[in-house]
Amino acid sequence: MINEIPVPKDVLLPFPTDGVLLQALIVVLFLAHILFVNLMLGGVLMTVACEILGLRRPNFDTLAHEIARTVTVNKSLAVVLGVGPLLAINVLYTIYFYSANALTGTAWIMIVPLVATAFLVTYLHKYSWEYLARFKALHIAIGLLSAALFLCVPFIFLANINLMLFPNRWTEVRGFLSTLLLPNVLPRFLHFLLACLAVTALFLVAYLTRPSYPVEQVFPGWDRATIRRGFYSVAFFATAAQFVAGPLLFFTLPAAGMSWLLVAVIAVGVLLALWALLWMWREISSDDQRIGRRFVGVAAVLSLVVLCMGYGRHLYRETAIDPHRRLTLQKAADYRVAAAAAHWRQVAGVQVEKLPLGELVYNQVCAACHMSGRVLVGPSLEEIAEIYAGNPDGIIKWTNAPGRKRMNLPPMAAQPLGDKKLRAVAEYMLRVGAGLPAESEAGSQPASPDSSIPAESPASAPAA
Amino acid sequence: MDFPIFHLDFFGNRVLFGVVAILHVLINHSMAVGAVPLIATMEWWGRRTGDAQWDRLAYRILFVCFIITTTVGALSGVGIWLTASLVNPNAITTLIRIFFWGWFFEWIIFVIEVCLIMAYFLTWNGWGRRHKVAHIVMGYALAFFSWITMVVIVAILSFMMDIGTWAEQPSLLTGVLNPIYIPQLAFRTPVAMVSAGIMAMFLVYFFTERRSEFYRRAVRFTSVWTLAWALPALGGAFWYWQVIPDWAVRHIPVALGTQAFERWHATLVNIILAAVIAAAFVALWGLARPKWLPRVVLIVPFVLAMALLGYFERVREFIRKPYAVANLVYSNGLRPDDYALLQEEGVLAHATYVPMRTIIPENRLEAGRHMFLIACTRCHTTTGVNGVVAKLTNLYGSNPWEHPIVLNYLKTMHNSRPFMPPAPGTDEELSALADYLLSLQTNPARMVGAQTGGVRTPPVASPGAAMPVALQP
Repeated sequence: MINEIPVPKDVLLPFPTDGVLLQALIVVLFLAHILFVNLMLGGVLMTVACEILGLRRPNFDTLAHEIARTVTVNKSLAVVLGVGPLLAINVLYTIYFYSANALTGTAWIMIVPLVATAFLVTYLHKYSWEYLARFKALHIAIGLLSAALFLCVPFIFLANINLMLFPNRWTEVRGFLSTLLLPNVLPRFLHFLLACLAVTALFLVAYLTRPSYPVEQVFPGWDRATIRRGFYSVAFFATAAQFVAGPLLFFTLPAAGMSWLLVAVIAVGVLLALWALLWMWREISSDDQRIGRRFVGVAAVLSLVVLCMGYGRHLYRETAIDPHRRLTLQKAADYRVAAAAAHWRQVAGVQVEKLPLGELVYNQVCAACHMSGRVLVGPSLEEIAEIYAGNPDGIIKWTNAPGRKRMNLPPMAAQPLGDKKLRAVAEYMLRVGAGLPAESEAGSQPASPDSSIPAESPASAPAA
Repeated sequence: MDFPIFHLDFFGNRVLFGVVAILHVLINHSMAVGAVPLIATMEWWGRRTGDAQWDRLAYRILFVCFIITTTVGALSGVGIWLTASLVNPNAITTLIRIFFWGWFFEWIIFVIEVCLIMAYFLTWNGWGRRHKVAHIVMGYALAFFSWITMVVIVAILSFMMDIGTWAEQPSLLTGVLNPIYIPQLAFRTPVAMVSAGIMAMFLVYFFTERRSEFYRRAVRFTSVWTLAWALPALGGAFWYWQVIPDWAVRHIPVALGTQAFERWHATLVNIILAAVIAAAFVALWGLARPKWLPRVVLIVPFVLAMALLGYFERVREFIRKPYAVANLVYSNGLRPDDYALLQEEGVLAHATYVPMRTIIPENRLEAGRHMFLIACTRCHTTTGVNGVVAKLTNLYGSNPWEHPIVLNYLKTMHNSRPFMPPAPGTDEELSALADYLLSLQTNPARMVGAQTGGVRTPPVASPGAAMPVALQP
C-alpha cells in the first residue's frame, strides 16, 4: 500500500520581509553560527587530545588549558549566533522545519538539557584545572564527558536539516534514530567534524602566536614556529581528509536537490580548497622565520570556500524543496478562499430555529451537568426547582459563586454569564423542573451553530 | 493539522513547555536583568567606600550568574522556541511572522549582551581592576542591554493576550503597541530587580563570613535594593492588573487553584499575599537588625520568590486560554477563522497526517483517536497530567459514560468552561471523538506522538493518481 506524500498547506501569514533578503540572511548568518560551533567543538576535542598528550609532556597540558579558555567564549557566541539563522529558517521553511522537528521531537527537545549540561561540564573542566591537577584521570574524564556530549548534539541538527528536505520520507520514519540513517546524515557529520578540526586549528595558529602572547614563557622549549607548524599540520590533514569526506557527502546526496549550478558552485569551492591546501603545505614547509606569512591568505581563501559551500547547501535545499513547496502554496491559497467562503456562509447564517434565551443558555451551558430526571453531574432540574422554588435570584447567586454542599459530587464551576442570561436560564430551569411548559419570551435568540454564551467571550466574534 | 503532532502523554505538552519557560524566567529575571545592575552598583559602592570586600562579593555573585545564565539560561531561552515548535507550531509561527524584525533586533541585542557579559566577567580581575570606572560603566551598559531584551520580548508576550488594533491594521507597530505592553513591562522590570535582590541576599549566605560585620552590611545592601524596588513592583502589578482583559480575569480562579479548588481562590490570594509579606519582612529584618537575622532565614525569601514568580507565570499562561494568541490562534493550534470550514467539510478532510478522509464504521474509533490528537492534545493527555479520562470520570463517575451526554459536552464545553476552545469538525467527527473517549473508559491506551509513532497519510486511491510526478520517491 502506498501512502500519499504529505502535502500540508503552507502558512497563511505572509513573509515578514522580502524572500530574497531572508535567503541572504539565512546563508550568511548560518555561516557565522557554524564558524563558532566549529571553534567550540574543535576546541573541546583538541583540549581533550592535548590534555591526554600532556600526561607525558607538560607543554601539552598547558596547551590544553589555553585552548579550553577559548572554548568558554566561543561556545556562548556559537549559541547566541544560532538564533539568527533559526529565526530565518523558521520563516523560510516553516512547514519543512517544524515537520522535521516534530518527527525527531524527543531528540530535538533533548538539545536543551544536552547542550546546557555540555556547557556546565566544560566550565567544570576549565575551572577545576588546578584543583584537580593531581587527579588527572578524573579531570580528563570530565573533559571526555564534555566532548562526548558535544559530539552527540550535531546529529540532532543534522537529522533535522536533512529530514526537512524530503517530505516523501516523512511517513517512513519512526523516531529520531531512523532519521539518522537517511541519506545523507552520516557523511554530513564526517564533513562537519573535519571542518571543526581544520577551522579550530587555523584559529589557534593565529590566536596562540599573536604578537602580545608570550609563547616562550607559557610553553618552555617551544616558539611561535612550533605552534604554527603544529596547528597548520592539523589543519592540513583535516582539510586533506575533506577531499574524501567531501565527495562522499556530495555523491550520497539524494538527487532531489541536485542541479548544475550546485555542481559549479561546489567545484569552485573545491578548487579554492585545493589552493588553500597548497598554501598550507607551503606554510608548513617554510622555515621558522617565515611561517605564518601566508596566514591571512589561507584564511581568506578558506573563507571563500566556506561561502561557496554555504551557498551550495542553500541551493541544494531550495532545489529539493521547490516542487513540494509549490504544492503547499497552492493548497494554502485554496484553503484561504474556502475558509473565507465558509466563514461568510456561517455569518450570513441560515437560522435553524429561534430559541428562547433561557432555553438557549440552558442547552449551551447547563445541560452538560444538569438534566431532567436524574443526577448527571449536578442535581436534576426537578431538585433545583424544588430547592429554589420561586427564588430565581438564589440560582443566580449560586451560579455566580457556587458553594459546595454535596461532597459526593464534583464542585460546580462558576458561570458568571451576566444578569440577563442568568435570570432567563434560572426561570427556564424552574419552569421545566416543575414540569411546566417552557414559554417563549421576548428577546429570543437564533440558535446559530457557533453561538457562544459567555458575555464578552472572544470566541463569539471571529475576526472577519 | 499541518504538522506531525508531537505529544507527551504522561507529563503532557504544557508541562514540558512550562518547565522550560518558567526556568528561563526565573533565571533571566533574577540573574540577568535584575542581577547585573545590582552587581554593578555593588562594584561602584565598593569603589566608593574603598572596602575591597564589596568588590569580591560582587564578583562572586557575578560568577554564579555568569555560569548559570550562559548555560541553563541561554539554553532554556532557545528551549522555549524549540519547545513551542513542538507543542504549538501554529502559534509560534504566527508570532514569528508578525514580530520577525522585533525578534531580529532582540537577537542583535543578545549578541551584544553576550559579548558584554563575557567582557565584564573575564576582565574583572585584570584590565577591570586597572580601569575600575570603565569597568563599572561596562556593567551598567550590560544592565541596559539586558533590560532591552526584556523590553522587546514583553511586547510579544503582551500581544499574545491582547492584540490591540492589530487585526484591523496588521503591522509590527500595531502589534508592539498593544494595551498590555507597557503595564507588563512596568511590572516585570521592578519584579526582576526585586528577585535579583532576594537572590543576592541568598548568595550572601554563602559568600560572607558568619557573624562578620561585613555579612550584616551585605544583607543590608541587598535588603535596601529589594525594598526600594518593591514599591514600583507593586505599582506595576496594579497597572498590569488593570489592563488584563475581562475574559481572562474570569479565568483566574481556575488558574490559581485548578477546577477542583476554584472556590478557594480567595484563600490562595491570601496565601500569595502572605508569601509576599514574608519576603518583605525578611528584607526589612535584614535592613533593621541584620545581626539578629540567622543566615538560614535567607533561604526562605529566595524559595518563596522563585515559587511565586513561577506560579505567576503559570497563572498568566492559563488565563489567556482558550487562546495561544488572542483572537488569532486557539490553544489547540487552530484559528477561529478555520472553524466554519472545518464544521462544513471536516477536520479529517483538511488534516495532513490522518489515515482516512471520511468516517466509516470500520475506522470510527481510529478517526476519533485522530480527532483527539488534533483537537485536544496540545493541552490534554489521555491518562497523564490534565488527562481526559480523569476529567470525564470526575464529571460522570465510573458507570459507563453515555455517548449523547459526552457528545453534548464536547459541543458545549467552551461555554461552561470558557477557557476551552470550541471543539472543531463536523457532527460526525465529534461523534467519533465521543466514541473514542468512551473507549478510553474501558481501554485507557496511551496516545503516541509523531516523535515515536511516526505519521500516516491516506493510502493512494490508485497508483500514480494522487502523486505528482515531481514527488515520486
